[in-house]
Amino acid sequence: MSYAAKNLVQGNRELIAFRIGDQEFCVSIMSVREIRGWTPATPLPHTPSYMMGVINLRGAVLPIMDLSSRLGMKPVEPTARHVIIVAQVHSKVVGLLVDAVSDILTVTDEQIQPTPEISSDLEKQYARGILAIDKRMICLVELGALIVDTESEAA
Amino acid sequence: MDMNEIKEIFFQECEEQLAELESGLLKMNDGDRDPETVNAVFRAVHSIKGGAGAFGLDDLVAFAHVFETTLDCVRSNKLDPGPEVMKVMLKSADVLADLTNAARDGGSVDAARSSGLVKELEALANGEVPVAAAPVAAAPKPAAKAPAKAAAPAAPTDDSGFQPIPFTFDGFGEDGEPTIEASTFDVTFKPRRELYAKGNEAALLLRDLSRIGEMSIFCNMEDLPSLDDIDPEAAYFTWKIQIKTEKGEEGIRQVFEFAEWDCDLEVKLHETDTGAAAGEEPPMVPVPFDLSILDDTDEAHEDTEEHHVDATVSAAVEAAETASNVMKLAADSAKVEKKETPAAAAAAAAAAQNNAAAGQTIRVDLDRVDRLINLVGELVINQAMLSQSVIENDNNGASSINMGLEELQQLTREIQDSVMAIRAQPVKPVFQRMSRIVREVADMVGKTIRLVTEGENTEVDKTVIDKLAEPLTHMIRNAVDHGIETPEKRMAAGKNPEGTVKLTAKHRSGRIVIELVDDGAGINRERVRQKAIDNDLIAADANLTDEEIDNLIFMPGFSTADKISDISGRGVGMDVVKRSIQALGGRISISSRPGHGSTFTMSLPLTLAVLDGMVVTVAGQTLVVPLTAIVETLQPEAQNIHSFGSNQRLISIRNSFCPLVDVGRILNFRATQANPIEGVALLVESEGGGQRALMVDAIQGQRQVVIKSLEANYTHVPGIAAATILGDGRVALILDVDAVVAASRGQSLKQEMSLAV
Repeated sequence: MSYAAKNLVQGNRELIAFRIGDQEFCVSIMSVREIRGWTPATPLPHTPSYMMGVINLRGAVLPIMDLSSRLGMKPVEPTARHVIIVAQVHSKVVGLLVDAVSDILTVTDEQIQPTPEISSDLEKQYARGILAIDKRMICLVELGALIVDTESEAA
Repeated sequence: MDMNEIKEIFFQECEEQLAELESGLLKMNDGDRDPETVNAVFRAVHSIKGGAGAFGLDDLVAFAHVFETTLDCVRSNKLDPGPEVMKVMLKSADVLADLTNAARDGGSVDAARSSGLVKELEALANGEVPVAAAPVAAAPKPAAKAPAKAAAPAAPTDDSGFQPIPFTFDGFGEDGEPTIEASTFDVTFKPRRELYAKGNEAALLLRDLSRIGEMSIFCNMEDLPSLDDIDPEAAYFTWKIQIKTEKGEEGIRQVFEFAEWDCDLEVKLHETDTGAAAGEEPPMVPVPFDLSILDDTDEAHEDTEEHHVDATVSAAVEAAETASNVMKLAADSAKVEKKETPAAAAAAAAAAQNNAAAGQTIRVDLDRVDRLINLVGELVINQAMLSQSVIENDNNGASSINMGLEELQQLTREIQDSVMAIRAQPVKPVFQRMSRIVREVADMVGKTIRLVTEGENTEVDKTVIDKLAEPLTHMIRNAVDHGIETPEKRMAAGKNPEGTVKLTAKHRSGRIVIELVDDGAGINRERVRQKAIDNDLIAADANLTDEEIDNLIFMPGFSTADKISDISGRGVGMDVVKRSIQALGGRISISSRPGHGSTFTMSLPLTLAVLDGMVVTVAGQTLVVPLTAIVETLQPEAQNIHSFGSNQRLISIRNSFCPLVDVGRILNFRATQANPIEGVALLVESEGGGQRALMVDAIQGQRQVVIKSLEANYTHVPGIAAATILGDGRVALILDVDAVVAASRGQSLKQEMSLAV
């Protein structure tokens, strides 16, 4: 049994935390396939502004999403220091452009606090909870909510 | 190999047998009375029965047995396969297919359906021919022949389920009762090299021989040396012929008159002279020799250039063909077609005798082929990357590395072509499935409809074939249900009460074009238009051309509306059809003439894996334009560019004007139109007809690219057909020319692209 699986059995979750601007987010480690550096993407026509285009991931065409722009913050000007989190959501694989990956968190379900009442729909949509760790506030992002949305918008 | 694997093989074989059965029955339905066809049909049912018996599939055995008994009546001329009889036969084939599927997947088949058919089949076997059947002229013939034929040794009366099927030639004496003078001869014919040197042709002699009587041919190729020792000008084959003729020994010798000195010829009376001994020579497996091949000699010569046989070298060809048959790899043996030149046919027959026929095709797990294709795809990309970096680092361009690279490029391409050929298959199975759908739907709605198919042997990639079945089924159903009128209406309109649906496949400029034509009432444009207005798809005062109205049925809104099926045109789920065709990288268009029917034309890529493309630059981006779409490229000159209206521009090409479309603008890569004089124009022709000049900034070159799906990880992007990976490892988009042209025409009403040029 793998390390991750063992933790799951014990009711623990492993999350990958990353930074966009001055905010911290995290996603479930189970959906992350790999983390790689930024490479220039081929832009796609007629796509939402947060779609940066597609890159070649070992022979597969991987769409890259500017997560900052997707989450309603200002678009990122990618540099070589930026990072792409390759995540699998349902049957699709997508790259998420973030500023940096900070650490791997192991948390229990109790540590995840419900998202406070807020007025913004966008945040309500993707935020699955908030974590308080070492005085940091980390928002747990539900990837499914972001990806499914892309599809219906683009279709 | 465990039982399940064996069973799986049985079911795979069943599929082939069922296809054989159906195609044979359809031939018979069209009036084919060739005993070989009837035999093939019989054999198919019999093998299914035999296999099913071994696996204890009792339902299947029971039904197949009744079916087989009835077929045997046809085979022995006790039952005339008239239209009514054939209807029962075809239905039985459907049920047999269902039973087989049920046995495989553990489902069940409506018992009433099969038991009803069993009764009908039994009635037929007992000679109760339906009234409508049995054309008057044909009726007395089976009656007169019945006693003689019923005694034929091959009549299967055995219930065990296992029984060897001797290759009997029921064709013997087909033209009448065997005459007293006709006797059977054993002829041994061994050409010598001189025979070929003098311009004689063994196959032609055999053909002549076939004209004086019924014969069967065996080819002995034991003398064939190994490939290394083959003398291309020598003759290696011995033919043994059993012929039943009235002309006697003299007649046979006459055929070989001019060749007598150049061959070893032996003619003797067959020992038993019963005509039934075929297949009893122990060392030889009899090979039924398709005589029709011989009749087609001249055409075959013309048809297949590469097989063109010069009489003097026919021995060489013969030998080579045989050798290649034996050595044939899976790669180039995607189903050996029956139509080959005489020499090839003789060689094929010879190979069959050696039991090599079975070795000519192999069954391969599709996953393995897919893996191979993916790997070759990677190889192609890799090779392109390598070439590019060599070119970048090499200034003089004439080094041996360059030559090696060129060779590598050629090899890669050849490997790719051969690998792709493994997956190429004729569209026949899909077309055959359609005939069943026509039958069933026509029965359901009480219409008589004939399905005519053409170009069934057109080959396409297996994935395309698989994905074709669903939209095609949908469209055929629509054509039968809504397209074609009821017999009464047709008669009132002065048409043949029997409707016709025609399905054709052909290759056209690197794509396969499938056409579905019906001779129904055509699209009722007024009603389609009204429906579109009701559903808010178009404005009430919209001024649409007929073509635009026809295309409305592809709009999504049309399928959700209920009661749409009483529109004499179609509309049920056509948006789904269009989407699945588009997902295949294809196009669908419709043309309809009121009162005369509708034509749906689908154009699909031959393969989903590679395409030849023109690599171009647009607004700093690299794009690939499919080569098949491009008619020519030209450098626009200032005097040829004309402004038209507010922002349209036309380019004059040889006295005609063609709209200019800025690709960069239409894909939103730039905000303003580029200056056409600084770019290159690609003259393209789209499926919907009509030329457009696509403006790009520069042409980089021509390249074969591996198609990578965008949909796999993202979604469909308007104007983009797919993506590919270039030599530098970056992704390039493949332009969807037809969509771009359609968008530039503004014809796509509320479609994906709402753009100004």
